[in-house]
Amino acid sequence: MNVTIKTLGLAAAVGLAAAPAMAQEKLKVGLLLTLSGPSAVLGQHARDGFQLAVKDLGGKLGGRDVEVVIVDDELKPDVAVTKVKGLLERDKVDFVVGPIFSNVAVATHKPIVDAKTFYISVNAGPSNLAGKSCNPYFFATSYQNDQNHEVLGKVAQDRGYKKVYLLAPNYQAGKDALAGFKRHYKGEIVEESYTPLNTLDFQSELAKIASMQPDAIFTFMPGGMGVNLVKQYRAAGLADRIPFLSAFTVDETNLPAQQDAAIGMLSGSNWAPNMNTPENKKFVAAFEAAYNNVPASYAMHSYDAALLIDAALKATGGKTDDKEALRAAIKKAEFKSLRGDFKFGANGFPVQDFYLVKAAKRPDGKLETEVVEKVFDDYTDAYAKECTATN
Amino acid sequence: MNATLLFVQALNGLQFGLILFLIAAGLTLVFGVMDFINLAHGVQYMVGAYLVAAFSAWTGSFGWALLLALPSALAFGLLLEVLVFRHLYDRDHLDQVLATFGVILFLNQGVKFVWGAAPLSVPVPELLSGSVEIASGLLYPVYRLAIIAAGLVVAALLYGLVNHTRVGMLVRAGASNASMVSALGVNIQRLFMIVFGFGAMLAGFAGAMVAPILSVEPGMGDNILILAFVVIVIGGIGSIRGAFLAALLIGLVDTVGRTFAPNLLRLFLDPAAASQTGRAIAPMLIYIFMAAVLFFRPSGLFPVKR
Amino acid sequence: MTELAETPSAPMPSLATRFEIVPIVLFAAFVAAPLFAMVSGAEGYVLSLLTRVMVFGIAAMALDLILGYGALVSFGHAAFLGLGGYAVGILASHGIEDLLVQIPVALAASAIFALITGAISLRTKGVYFIMITLAFGQMLYFLATSLAAYGGDDGMTLASRSLVAGSSILENDFTFYWVCLLCLLGAYAFSRSVVASRFGRVLRGTKENAIRMEAIGFQPFRYQLAAYVLSGMMAGLAGCLLANQAEFVSPAYMTWQRSGELIFMVVLGGLGSLHGAIIGAAAFLLLEEFLPEILHGLSFFLGEETRAHLAENWKMVFGPLLILIVLFVRGGIMGLLRRPHHG
Repeated sequence: MNVTIKTLGLAAAVGLAAAPAMAQEKLKVGLLLTLSGPSAVLGQHARDGFQLAVKDLGGKLGGRDVEVVIVDDELKPDVAVTKVKGLLERDKVDFVVGPIFSNVAVATHKPIVDAKTFYISVNAGPSNLAGKSCNPYFFATSYQNDQNHEVLGKVAQDRGYKKVYLLAPNYQAGKDALAGFKRHYKGEIVEESYTPLNTLDFQSELAKIASMQPDAIFTFMPGGMGVNLVKQYRAAGLADRIPFLSAFTVDETNLPAQQDAAIGMLSGSNWAPNMNTPENKKFVAAFEAAYNNVPASYAMHSYDAALLIDAALKATGGKTDDKEALRAAIKKAEFKSLRGDFKFGANGFPVQDFYLVKAAKRPDGKLETEVVEKVFDDYTDAYAKECTATN
Repeated sequence: MNATLLFVQALNGLQFGLILFLIAAGLTLVFGVMDFINLAHGVQYMVGAYLVAAFSAWTGSFGWALLLALPSALAFGLLLEVLVFRHLYDRDHLDQVLATFGVILFLNQGVKFVWGAAPLSVPVPELLSGSVEIASGLLYPVYRLAIIAAGLVVAALLYGLVNHTRVGMLVRAGASNASMVSALGVNIQRLFMIVFGFGAMLAGFAGAMVAPILSVEPGMGDNILILAFVVIVIGGIGSIRGAFLAALLIGLVDTVGRTFAPNLLRLFLDPAAASQTGRAIAPMLIYIFMAAVLFFRPSGLFPVKR
Repeated sequence: MTELAETPSAPMPSLATRFEIVPIVLFAAFVAAPLFAMVSGAEGYVLSLLTRVMVFGIAAMALDLILGYGALVSFGHAAFLGLGGYAVGILASHGIEDLLVQIPVALAASAIFALITGAISLRTKGVYFIMITLAFGQMLYFLATSLAAYGGDDGMTLASRSLVAGSSILENDFTFYWVCLLCLLGAYAFSRSVVASRFGRVLRGTKENAIRMEAIGFQPFRYQLAAYVLSGMMAGLAGCLLANQAEFVSPAYMTWQRSGELIFMVVLGGLGSLHGAIIGAAAFLLLEEFLPEILHGLSFFLGEETRAHLAENWKMVFGPLLILIVLFVRGGIMGLLRRPHHG
């Protein structure tokens, strides 16, 4: 921990200003998630995961009673900024946990870290927050956005696919996804196809794929787009002939709608519900009992975020006023992550393992992703080296 | 780009256009005959899809689900008519826009309330689940051909209904001069209900037909509503013929533009710039097309005289 | 189909002066609000919320100028919000951070865009006008999402608020609040004088009967285009302020849903009174912010789980609320305020 004198002084000043110790007061955590609109299901997984963790910890984090304030960012960045100000100044939250989407993260990053409040992302990991604009108050229990895509790029390279067809929605995250795939894949890319955002019908792309006969396709199609693509890919008879590599397309939020069409399709992840640790088994069973669906990685990240806060507060004796001590405790991350190995890198993003996962049907008929093989071990994101902030 | 691919893309454009037509037909009639802007038309499409999803989970058969969903969509449309829309016919357009937007908010949240936020799935009916091989390695799902067939049949029926029956005649008369029809002693209230319920059922039918290939989710009607408005405006409000033609044009412009715009641009730009520009232009194509049509034909392609 | 919007016809001078009480109270509330913010203990939040209300008030008022007085329903007005925002964002990313440069650029960009699209759109009428303005709005939206250098659809964060003549006074939330209030007042006074002028009377005339106006020697097209350009510039100004308020710019500012919200604000507040648009913006934004909590509070007799469920599904209450307002309160909130006087 190389802490500069300047930040120490600042933190001390802040600590003094908030002097009267509030150890017995309720801890407040703001959940900033997308809970309306077509993408609401992602936010619901994250919300449910966090609340489950709080319940499992007896309604306390780090020994303090906890109040969770949930706000819906409506996936509008400017609305999110106002809601965040409400969380910070009206509700006076000690932590902000969220968001799902990168544009919300980018917009809300500044007000939160400016207020010297810890911001723990449970999904969004935009490149600039991992690199140039990294900040000592920003942590992620998820990943940097590119990493799941890099898994598939590595797999395509290792399996010796010569020609790959890339397909993504025409927006920033789509472009980043394909860039992430290309970081490790060095073969020929027969086509980089961008569809308009919220395209529901991929028939024209499927026709192209069938005529080009690539060795594999890689795609990033979150939400309803992914449901449609998978079903249409299967219906076009391509699923058995051309391997389907994807990220954020075949996951537990989409599988209930994709059903059997998705079975066997490959994806990249830092976790899967079938991972065989006692903590994870307990989590998956409890989540299914409480919410009647198989948890997706969003739920896992946010469950872990609660464990992280709990562990950090235990280390500081429940105190949040000494930011420097709290940060040190967060960085140590002394909790048992559901995914196994977990530690923070210098930029506040995890250094963790990544897996190739495959959609499969469990004996009870529900669908989930299951680990095929480990692809990266203790993997650091590509932007960490651009991070110069001293945390 | 070979001829087969062009053919397949034309089929895709046709199918997309026909779905658009099913939605736009009801919208243009309601608008033309009743002078009523119904933003809630898109959620009726969504409700059709949800109904089929619910019924097919219940009965286990797409055919039965479709049979049950159609009268339910009709009943639902009529319920909305009685509860809300009936009170808005004599209001100005902005009041109608505001109130029907309220209906959208309510129903988008309502389906989430009832069925949850996660997308639902409807299996493709067994009978139509195969594919036909159009060229070597190029499969085309039978179900999509079925959508095209169903769309064409409905279009033909609609054409016959509007042009060769008494109700159709009244509808046509209503579209060009509603007050005259009313003055001639026609029960305009009942005509409105028929038109409205029929439009709602068509939208519901479109939703039901696409449910097996698209994901059924809250808000699925919002973007298609905008496209349906684009269609009826290009076609000329109140004109079924115009809506049919405009829907097919939009379907083709969208599909063909997505596939071939970068290739066309490559003729006079270098490849990197072409794909960059192509990507930027592709989503705009529909709107550029609409602006161009309205520039030359400010009342659409087939303006209904009034 | 030309008369899309209808204001209470013939605003008699005596009536008009009686209603002046509404804008006076409204602006007095805006002046007094910072005091409330200071005692609330969450001043940054209260100020930020109210600043948003004022910014959207300017945009809604801009729309009211053409909608309420010219019956021109623009379904692409959010594009101007985006133009203003991106003028600030793009200039700032190239090191030009002074608002005194950014605002003129934003106004000029908005004026040019309004002039071109207005000249084309005004060839059409009624719903065709609605849809063609939507088309132009969508084109700009997709253009913004393709600007990879400026964050694409993720948008871009501003390093700080804009400077004013080289000084960073806007960093203070109170100062920024007053600047926005000044802009709102200025825009309101300007719009009032436009509406009261001969130009405004001709514009209203084109709304009521374009053919008659043409017959007595006016060219409606020119007046409508001029009003459209003025309105676009005003909305562009709101965009500059919005970018500074959120310290963030993104294509989300110009979605068609946002254009729709602007129309709803105007209709909700009441057409053709200018301050009605501000009230509509306030009502819309404050409901969006507080309805979940209001529902949570009102349902104290229910179980905690049901209450949370109700608060989450606030849109199921918001929707019917809109319908009821339309059905039972003619003329929006201003209609509600006016009614007792007619009694």
